[in-house]
Amino acid sequence: MRIARPRAAKMFAAVLAIGLIATGCASERDDEESGDDGQPFVFGAPGDPASLDPSLASDGETFRVTRQAFETLLDHEPGGTELVGGLAHTWSSNEAGTEWTFELEEGVTFHDGSELTAEVICQNFDRWYNWSGTYQNTTISYYWQTVFGGFAQNESEETPDPNYVGCSAPEELTAVIEVAEPSANYPGGFSLQAFAIHSPDAIEAYEQDEASGEGENITFPGYSQEAGTVAGSGPFEVTDWNKGNGEVTLTAFDDYWGDTEAGVDELVFRTIPEESARRQALQAGDIQGYDLVAPADVTTLEDEGFQVPVRGVFNLLYLGITQESNPALETLEVRQALAHALDRQNIVDAQLPEGGVVATQFMPDTVAGYSEDVTTYDYDPDLARELLAEAGEEDLTLDFCYPTEVTRPYMPAPADIYELLRADLEEVGVTVNPVPLKWNPDYTETTRDGGCNIYLLGWTGDFNDGFNFLGTWFAGYQKEWGFENEELFDLLSQAETEPDEATRVGLYEQVNEAVMDFLPGVPISSSPPSIAFSADVNPPTVSPLTQENFAEVSFK
Amino acid sequence: MTTNLTTSKADKIDRLAELTARRETASGGSLWVEALRRLRSSKMALIGGGVMAVFIVLAVIGPWIAPHDPTAQLWRDEVRVNQSIFVGPRGDNWLGLDHLGRDQLSRMLVGARQTLLVGVVATLLGFVVGVLIGGLSGAALAFGGKAGRRVDTVLMRVIDMALALPSLLLAVSIAAVLGQSLTTVMIAVGVVQIPIFARLLRGSMLAQASADYVLAARALGVRRRRIVLGHVLPNSLGPVIVQTTLALATAIIEAAALSYLGLGNPDAAQPEWGVMLAQAQRFFDQAPMMAVYPALGIIITALGFTLLGEAMREALDPKLRS
Amino acid sequence: MLRLIVRRLLQLIPTLLGLTVLLFLWIHRLPGGPASALLGERATEADRRQMEEALGLDQPMWVQYGRWMERLVQLDLGNSVRTGQPVWEEFTLRFPATVELAVTGILIAVVVGIPLGYFAARRRGGWLDVTAVSASLVGVCIPVFFLAFLLRAVFAVNLGWLPSVGRQSTGIDATEVTGFFVLDGILTGEFDASWDALEHLILPGVALASIPLAVVVRITRASVLDVLGEDYVRTAESKGLKQRVVRGRHVMRNALLPVITTVGLLTGSLLSGAVLTESVFSFNGIGSFIRTAIDIRDYPVLMGFILFIAVIYVVINLLVDLAYSLIDPRVRVN
Repeated sequence: MRIARPRAAKMFAAVLAIGLIATGCASERDDEESGDDGQPFVFGAPGDPASLDPSLASDGETFRVTRQAFETLLDHEPGGTELVGGLAHTWSSNEAGTEWTFELEEGVTFHDGSELTAEVICQNFDRWYNWSGTYQNTTISYYWQTVFGGFAQNESEETPDPNYVGCSAPEELTAVIEVAEPSANYPGGFSLQAFAIHSPDAIEAYEQDEASGEGENITFPGYSQEAGTVAGSGPFEVTDWNKGNGEVTLTAFDDYWGDTEAGVDELVFRTIPEESARRQALQAGDIQGYDLVAPADVTTLEDEGFQVPVRGVFNLLYLGITQESNPALETLEVRQALAHALDRQNIVDAQLPEGGVVATQFMPDTVAGYSEDVTTYDYDPDLARELLAEAGEEDLTLDFCYPTEVTRPYMPAPADIYELLRADLEEVGVTVNPVPLKWNPDYTETTRDGGCNIYLLGWTGDFNDGFNFLGTWFAGYQKEWGFENEELFDLLSQAETEPDEATRVGLYEQVNEAVMDFLPGVPISSSPPSIAFSADVNPPTVSPLTQENFAEVSFK
Repeated sequence: MTTNLTTSKADKIDRLAELTARRETASGGSLWVEALRRLRSSKMALIGGGVMAVFIVLAVIGPWIAPHDPTAQLWRDEVRVNQSIFVGPRGDNWLGLDHLGRDQLSRMLVGARQTLLVGVVATLLGFVVGVLIGGLSGAALAFGGKAGRRVDTVLMRVIDMALALPSLLLAVSIAAVLGQSLTTVMIAVGVVQIPIFARLLRGSMLAQASADYVLAARALGVRRRRIVLGHVLPNSLGPVIVQTTLALATAIIEAAALSYLGLGNPDAAQPEWGVMLAQAQRFFDQAPMMAVYPALGIIITALGFTLLGEAMREALDPKLRS
Repeated sequence: MLRLIVRRLLQLIPTLLGLTVLLFLWIHRLPGGPASALLGERATEADRRQMEEALGLDQPMWVQYGRWMERLVQLDLGNSVRTGQPVWEEFTLRFPATVELAVTGILIAVVVGIPLGYFAARRRGGWLDVTAVSASLVGVCIPVFFLAFLLRAVFAVNLGWLPSVGRQSTGIDATEVTGFFVLDGILTGEFDASWDALEHLILPGVALASIPLAVVVRITRASVLDVLGEDYVRTAESKGLKQRVVRGRHVMRNALLPVITTVGLLTGSLLSGAVLTESVFSFNGIGSFIRTAIDIRDYPVLMGFILFIAVIYVVINLLVDLAYSLIDPRVRVN
């Protein structure tokens, strides 16, 4: 006992010391947090950007960062989906829809000091058009190939023919872009972050740095992997990309031409892959906001005083059906039975964030071309069983693919949604084989190649045109749907090349009605992904396109 | 002792048996009897054994006593994940509901079987293959002469390589080749155990090989295969059996880690504690108990196995006899 | 001594060669084959053909292995599918973070574990013994990812004592010299940066230490018990030597030898733990990078990182063995 006491005392002291150190840390940290007004605004992003050059990207995480530093010819109204001016204050096209004229803003300065002119616009477009080698890989030039087709010299047979013809600058601030065929992708495509305008000096510097492509590996060029070279005209300029720390730092650009100047000096995008880690980082005060809040956390965060503004809806979650993969699925009754079997309202009520709705067709009601007169399929297990019996498919067995380890803006917890739908299908007598796959690349590839009977997928619109939704799926034969329907395909291609907007919208409505009669898949829901901010900031206007402008952010 | 061991070739095998028996009595009771005696008086062993017994009983009868179908979303209309409405313990559901309206108690009970199954199959795989390699290696080194030494060197180099890969990475690599399934989990977790079993058995056999009775048997000209299979191997299994209990604990935890990494049982509707924990952690702020039940299940079970294993290890270690 | 080092180095060669063979076979078993192992599955058909040509997939296996080794020796392991950067660069960029974390974990395990194990052994069967042993066992039995989650929920969110994620606070103006943030701060005199990095290391370090701690406690306890029973300790005690001298010179010094070996062997479990701990804490090291690589099947990264880690493990254990022989005179003589 005599020996034990000093030892106990020593241990007590040690515990006390640890406690003191810990509280010491605490008080010090408090000091840090109060006080200075030059505090950076830190936003928790689920993934690293792929590069700092938006032209090379097609993913949301890259665009979220670059959107703060680069501007496009056209833009969307804050919080909406209407096209408004960006670097161009007005735009127009000839009647055929093949010549697009942009009147540029005056006095736009790039981060490196150069000025915006129509020549610069042409320089940008010519850069993309003349890409060669590695740049022609779809991984890098996905959006160019989708919107403008191929390149000046296509190097692969798989690359489509170019639809881009040329760019001219008749006046200093008037740029004209010419395309071969009209398309529903114009003018909406000019608002894509992939076609953001770079400074002319930066473009020259990019070309010095081309020694990247070995042909066999896709290596992003060096300039796009560190701050310093890339230069746009946005309210922030990229000043640092600390890869070791997973942080991209943007600094307010003093000579910004527009009205919405940056409300904070420093904006930091910090990569925090785990959903629960992002939430706890916000709760701990280490970050001031994050995206893709799990629906279950919305109420919790609101109760704790965090701001969770609700976005508009601009996406669609659907149950895809690959008709070719199983003869039973080629029967309309069977597809109708699937639609009637699913309790989609339950998913909206229990799983999806506030603002979610059951989808009646393959576009949200915010898109022009949404039809009120489509055939709808209510939850009715009895009818589903009847339809299956009529088709002679009471013993139907289906491979049901669903993605794991992923949260999509239109689908917060795929595995849970799958479980619910599977229970619905089993309720009407369908046997379900679960096929869980990693999102990237297994799931996206398997579904695209028609390797599933039924699967969960979705889409977030890039800009407000029906073709951006319908054309993605039904413009022609696709393995993932596995059907031929000339009538439908014709109707859509007619809509795609129709230059008159009102006629086009009418055609979309027709397409929607035809699609829902044919029922190639079951649209499930449209729901806004949740985004959260701490109580002490003024959050940006949230955007249905998830295109928030962080210049609007400031500390209270 | 050795003085008794002269005379004719005929009865030398009997004499050997006598010798091993005598050796036990000489040390005041067989090693095993002594170990068991001390095991019974150890609190650690009692707790560990108790936990293990309860767990095994639950795993066997769990599906029979589960009040509801563990995969049926019977109360899914009452759970509203997007409004943080979860259902806690109540009359019908003693442990409440999970996030899809399934009975948590039923899932825990049925999950015990799945969890045990993964642990047992994985450990068995590690045990069998590990004992084969380790036994072969140990026997070759101790009794195989020059050629044997070479066999041992090769086998041990392979084992060293496997040891050089962090277990989780090894499991992940295996899962990458085999694809995602419950079998993959068992194999991945089991393979990781192989080198441990192999090394342990080899070491213990080497120690036995220099024991007096083995030297005596060799001097008597007993066939090597007989010495190895009949005496050295059985006498060397002690530490390996201890390792088996410890490995069961590791296997259960390792399987949970694989579930967390998304490499677990693909059919998440089938309850398994690791998958349940990985899924429920998302709702920790709203319904902490949903994660705590499977977590406690894993911790208590693993602790039980570990305590028993540790107690056995201590009981078998003659140096620790006081 | 020199001969010993040379001999051990020579012994490494077959192990490492064997590892590359294993890895090579593994790559060939991967879905998509070796080309997608180097390119990732998202590569186009043309890329794949080119890579298959470069690897000579029509050639006999040993020729393919030779070519693959040729690339390996030049540290050419392909590019990460996710970042498009060479695997080797990704590894060196993130390696310091994991080393910092692993060292923190080991330090916590050793600093807490050795005294705990020692006192547990001295008072065998007493409350300290039971508490120390069971507490360390509970540490082993909690799934690491859950422990890490709980630690963050309590110490970062509820108490607010420590930062929740990452290696560094945003806005800390730290100069990077070596990539080891704590060290960098000391080198450049930016002690606040060091302190900040240290704060970020505590929670993940504790989570990571849970398993090594238990092992260290157990080994220390067992080996102290072992030594306490030795004749020379009894002799020393009966000679009336001061307890402090007996403990320090005779007991601890001899008891620590097995602990040192164990710490070397723990490297593997530390790296396994790092995959889980780092991903929970968004700690930008090789562990969290591997986690993402698993998620998106970034085979070039998995392959390369597994190889590097194995090499590191082998080398560390070599160093431990050498250190051991320096400390223990018996081994030195042998």
